[in-house]
Amino acid sequence: MSITTKDVEHVANLARLELSDSEKSQFTEQLNAILKYAEKLNSLDTDNVEPTSHVLPITNVMREDEERPSLPIEKVLLNAPDEEDGQIKVPAVLE
Amino acid sequence: MSEPNKYETVVGLEVHVELHTNSKIFCGCSTAFGAPPNTHTCPICLGHPGVLPVLNRQAVEYAMKAAMAINCQIADVSKFDRKNYFYPDSPKAYQISQYDQPIGENGWIDIEVNGETKRIGITRLHLEEDAGKLTHVDGGYASLVDFNRVGTPLIEIVSEPDIRTPEEAKAYLEKLKAIMQYCDVSDVKMEEGSLRCDANISLRPYGQKEFGTRAELKNMNSFRGVQRGLEYEQFRQAEILDSGGEVVQETRRFDDTLGKSFSMRGKEEAHDYRYFPDPDLVRLHISEEWKESIRSTIPELPDARKARYTADYSLPSYDAEVITSSKKLADFFEESLSYTKDAKAVSNWIMGDLLGYLNANGQEITDVKITGQGLGEMIGLLEKGTISGKIAKTVFKAMLETGKLPQQIVEEQGLVQISDEGAILSIVNQIVEANPQSVEDYRAGKEKAIGFLVGQIMKETKGKANPALVNKLLLERLK
Amino acid sequence: MALFDLRLQDVHNKLNNKELSVSELVSASYARIAETEPAIKAFISLNEENARLQASELDKLLQEGGERGLLFGLPAGIKDNIVTEGLLTTCASQFLSNYNPIYDATAVRKLKAAQSVTIGKLNMDEFAMGGSNENSSFYPTRNPWNTEYVPGGSSGGSAASVAAGQVYFSLGSDTGGSIRQPAAYCGIVGLKPTYGLVSRFGLVAFASSLDQIGPLTKNVEDSAYVLQAIAGYDAGDSTSANVDIPDYTSALTGDVKGLRIGVPKEYLGEGIDPRVKEAVLKALAVYESLGATWEEVSLPHTEYAIATYYLLASSEASSNLARFDGVRYGVRADNPSNLIDLYRKSRSHGFGPEVKRRIMLGTYALSSGYYDAYYLKAQKVRTLIKQDFDQVFSQYDLIIGPTAPTPAFRIGEQVGDPLTMYLNDICTIPVSLAGIPAISIPCGSAEGLPIGLQIIGKPFDESTVLRAAHAFEQNTEHHKQRPQL
Repeated sequence: MSITTKDVEHVANLARLELSDSEKSQFTEQLNAILKYAEKLNSLDTDNVEPTSHVLPITNVMREDEERPSLPIEKVLLNAPDEEDGQIKVPAVLE
Repeated sequence: MSEPNKYETVVGLEVHVELHTNSKIFCGCSTAFGAPPNTHTCPICLGHPGVLPVLNRQAVEYAMKAAMAINCQIADVSKFDRKNYFYPDSPKAYQISQYDQPIGENGWIDIEVNGETKRIGITRLHLEEDAGKLTHVDGGYASLVDFNRVGTPLIEIVSEPDIRTPEEAKAYLEKLKAIMQYCDVSDVKMEEGSLRCDANISLRPYGQKEFGTRAELKNMNSFRGVQRGLEYEQFRQAEILDSGGEVVQETRRFDDTLGKSFSMRGKEEAHDYRYFPDPDLVRLHISEEWKESIRSTIPELPDARKARYTADYSLPSYDAEVITSSKKLADFFEESLSYTKDAKAVSNWIMGDLLGYLNANGQEITDVKITGQGLGEMIGLLEKGTISGKIAKTVFKAMLETGKLPQQIVEEQGLVQISDEGAILSIVNQIVEANPQSVEDYRAGKEKAIGFLVGQIMKETKGKANPALVNKLLLERLK
Repeated sequence: MALFDLRLQDVHNKLNNKELSVSELVSASYARIAETEPAIKAFISLNEENARLQASELDKLLQEGGERGLLFGLPAGIKDNIVTEGLLTTCASQFLSNYNPIYDATAVRKLKAAQSVTIGKLNMDEFAMGGSNENSSFYPTRNPWNTEYVPGGSSGGSAASVAAGQVYFSLGSDTGGSIRQPAAYCGIVGLKPTYGLVSRFGLVAFASSLDQIGPLTKNVEDSAYVLQAIAGYDAGDSTSANVDIPDYTSALTGDVKGLRIGVPKEYLGEGIDPRVKEAVLKALAVYESLGATWEEVSLPHTEYAIATYYLLASSEASSNLARFDGVRYGVRADNPSNLIDLYRKSRSHGFGPEVKRRIMLGTYALSSGYYDAYYLKAQKVRTLIKQDFDQVFSQYDLIIGPTAPTPAFRIGEQVGDPLTMYLNDICTIPVSLAGIPAISIPCGSAEGLPIGLQIIGKPFDESTVLRAAHAFEQNTEHHKQRPQL
């Protein structure tokens, strides 16, 4: 499996990254090298191996349905790059 | 125009139901509807750096309860996955949802359309978090984001493509809403967005096995809107197929005002959600004990109640269906029966005057003040002859508006039926004497004249005279 | 800088005897920072005004003789990916260069309860991605032993500030070696606790299934004290372990008689600097002399660990870093033409090359059609790596090896060669994948650059790890070496 510049463009789009042409060619090369290196995992037979997503055998962690105070609006908006009427403002979704 | 019955319609519905927990699914913020923007938020639901989710037990249990009520198998092991996509109403740029191990799978519900029962399969029910709300400003060039709704627990219920007509779709939604209401897991108010529906619809020539290309229909804001949207889409797709065209697989937005759907193509890219298990949450192991403890909280559901009403009270199937479609209405029906034995009369008052009033005013049973006790006692007064049918209508309206009991209304407004023979006879005499022409007509064989005389007597008594007595005494007087 | 070389107990004794005040400790910290920071660049932001205020409050408390916290009055540095309310938290990223947190991390709340004084926020590789601090988007931190060399990473600022005597202790975070490797490079003690022992709430996530907060200190005893203060169940972190927390300092008996030590041959094979190997073998001889035994063991899946790690960590990171979209906080790009443009520009301007590279790798590994081949496969290999450790721990109490294959390298030496850079983590990454505790302690030096010894324990057996580390320290002088600045 080899990654093309087109793949890199597709992935950059999914990740919402804007890449320059030189970044594109650099990432194409580097991702190919890393993924080639990762191919060594294929030499292992893992058909009967369970995947590990957590190292700890913890299950059923839940909280009770209790309401807790929310933030004052000043804190909600403290870091907002743009706001209006107590809401975060962004350019339109569709244009 | 396409000839009817040329194509078979295939519909599958995806329904989102907000669970009415006190707090959000992964943080302690309130889920109450209608607060000022962003006042029900915290670092967790705002997706600030470093925050972590902790699952709300009540949300899991409501989801289990709902899944059981629609006959799903409950998973022994369930987990949460991240659905990755960028959108301003999604603070983490991923939604915590369930991908391959949902809470429930393989369920069904029965619906009734045109007197026939049909079973609709449920593919799955999974738990996830809701997104925020966008408002468009600056002439559509900007949006404002309110994160209050972010993290409200949602269940998504996906049906099998078993639905064949827009009417079936509407019946399915009504039944689903009723079941959720009976289970008391949601407010199921479409106008507040606590129940939302998307539809996949395709057409195929009758006899063809493969499904046609489907369109996904969004933005239908009422059950009627769903039906209208699907009807429009049927028409649109049939026209395309008739003209030899191909239906495009796409998402379409239904505009209820225009009654048309519009392509959202170009405004949405191909999705690749990159689902993977959320490493911030741990697995759910759902034991048999836990399942049983939830199962025991499920009340009698609409189908069971309907069966009981037709069997025990001999209600017509249609009436039983209508009354049980709302838990509040069915509860009202049963409360009435604590005060009268005449179930048929209760049913008639509900089907007639009550629903007539509610539909005319766009209200629900909870919006009016009448109680089951009131209706039951009013039927008792009718049986005893204390009030006439005509007065009952007046009393019923007063109960809707004031919630007072019928006895009190009757007393306050002096509506007691006059059943005193002497009192009625003197009015009969008075009317007979005042209308010699009518008396003559009657005696000449014109039966109709009697109606006029009765009307005059009732008018004189403001409708309070016992009609049976009036008839009896008048006929005697005219002999 | 003698003051910060004192053991915690000695500092507290001096405070008790009024020979020292918290204000003096805090002043000493800022004085040392003023003196050394131009050469070291360990800090991103300082908390001086608040710290001095807090110091005088603690001094008042000292006068009144009230109850005192475990870390009372100690000047602390906090890695800049641990969220501190009202104190800029940047993750060394341009994207968060203006981020003013609205809450405290659980570990920070615990430090406040233990009454340490936060001196400032420490430099790091951007979003903890890197092993040299060269990926800080502000400036690289330099190794106090030789400022031409890297301090390691990603907790490079945390390690350098302790080594340079700028703070008494610091907090770092470790995802694949980010506490242990810089501790080794800077000649101090760095502990990565068992996954789940310290709450991750408020640690800006890099790879959620691997990240752990831990202490960096000058000696093992202090490490035990700081761990005591920050460990423990947190209902706000679903992956937090609900286990009893032992008294870690009481485990420091100096006695390692009968301890069985496994030494993985994979950690001393090809690619390991012979000077590092020699230092490790000498350390094992010390253990032998103290009555412990060691044998060579095998962790056969070690060679797969780096590939496994980069697939898993990058995948999780690609999702964790998606929230940095320029909508609610952080630096939003100027004049975006539309929403997608806002996302793309804010993220592309805000992230450095290594962060972009890992987001790209992770996004690719999770994308449609590749999930099974990369992410799922890596999770399965993770199971095999974990089983390697389970196997060894069925017969041994501890595993010992080097922390890093080489001492610190020169700044700029490995830039542009991500794969070689990744291979520096060969001894620390398998431990992270297994989620088990490990400490790095100084065990020698090469050409004036420290060498770290890694002691790895069973899950939640930090006590044995600390006991062995402490016993070594008691019988050697490596931890007393200080850089000349």
